[in-house]
Amino acid sequence: MTRETAMSRYSRHISLKEVGAEGQEKIGASKVLVIGAGGLGSPILQYLTAAGVGTIGIVDFDVVEESNLQRQVLFGTTSIGRNKAEVAKEILSNLNPTIKIKSYRQKMNPENIANIVIPYDIIVDATDNFASRYLINDAAVILEKPLVYGAIYKFEGQVSVFNYKDGPSYRCVFPIPPKEGSVPNCSEVGVLGVLPGIIGTLQANEVLKIILDMGELLSGKLYCFNALNNQSHTINVGRNQLEIDKVKLRGHNFEIVEPLFYCTSPVSEVSLENNSEEYVQYIDVRELHEQPRIHMECLLEIPLENLMNQIKTISKEKRVIVFCKSGARSKQAVAMLQEHGITDCYSLKGGVSAFKRASLQRYNYENNL
Amino acid sequence: MLVEIKYFGMLAEITGCSSEQLNVSIKKIGEIKELVLDKYPDLRNKDFRMAQNHELVSDATMITGQEIAILPPFAGG
Repeated sequence: MTRETAMSRYSRHISLKEVGAEGQEKIGASKVLVIGAGGLGSPILQYLTAAGVGTIGIVDFDVVEESNLQRQVLFGTTSIGRNKAEVAKEILSNLNPTIKIKSYRQKMNPENIANIVIPYDIIVDATDNFASRYLINDAAVILEKPLVYGAIYKFEGQVSVFNYKDGPSYRCVFPIPPKEGSVPNCSEVGVLGVLPGIIGTLQANEVLKIILDMGELLSGKLYCFNALNNQSHTINVGRNQLEIDKVKLRGHNFEIVEPLFYCTSPVSEVSLENNSEEYVQYIDVRELHEQPRIHMECLLEIPLENLMNQIKTISKEKRVIVFCKSGARSKQAVAMLQEHGITDCYSLKGGVSAFKRASLQRYNYENNL
Repeated sequence: MLVEIKYFGMLAEITGCSSEQLNVSIKKIGEIKELVLDKYPDLRNKDFRMAQNHELVSDATMITGQEIAILPPFAGG
């Protein structure tokens, strides 16, 4: 897009001194994944597209039904029977042809979620069931992505920002998924059509504030809105480190630990002590300029962004242990490798500094931090 | 002590009111919870968290406030 077109399209943003041309550029550079293109997803997608979010991912496996149109205002009558993610992409591309929109016509599950989530900066939960909500929360915790949450029931809605700069997660509010069938969704009990419009718009607002680093976020706060009496109630929520640690400990394997729910997650961590060099392939996924470097025979140096291109160089015969500086990238790498059939694969606890701690003698550790 | 209990979402459908005042002589949030569950046994099948004066609290928290909110998770979207 030329500068002139951008100035014209986003002029009402640029006029705001709190946004300006610089803020608009931040919006253009941001990547947001919206999971669920239904009642909440409709306004979220429309406003983020209109705002010029540079890359938008839309995940939805479902098709548009006539009974959706009362609240899922993104769609029209001709959309009926078609996949929501694809129709949404088509309609939104017309709203703003200058941005990149990617549709994922699939159901999120423990196997595919890491790969879908990894390329994005911000995740928006606009789903309609607890299995997805817990799965998304856990992936956001493990992959260290801020999560903008919204949920509705008849005339009431909840909004929050989770996992933002060491803030609380969804599990800090509701640690375990409710009993099956105890909380009905919109399709079962009905919902006032405008409610997801209000709640979804609040979610889009939180997304833009995260991108622009502006105002006060609903991080550490659960905002509850009642459309019948226009009352709102904000509850302060603290970080529950125990719940967050439980999610991180379960790691990137997304084992099913809570039956009926995909509420789990990836990546097991290992420490150096229990792994003999002979049977292990280490992979350093840091950038090549990051110090200190580790030197040993069984080490591959593949920066995370090149991992998929060089996957053939990784031995499937050996246990794979991936490390980076602190563990965030290595966990992403493990999730990616596991998706590609390298299952005996772990993230190194403590990152690169584990080598120093474990044994200064065994490795030629360049102590030039 | 007079406390106001607020019920959200499907919980208000079970209690038949969105808020009510209770006169209590008890000390902990968990005791309020038991009192409410005894009054509305159908709430026993529901998941919820409690907040006191807009702070999420646990059963062991001492009652200090005038307002207790009882919040269920919502699934819909």
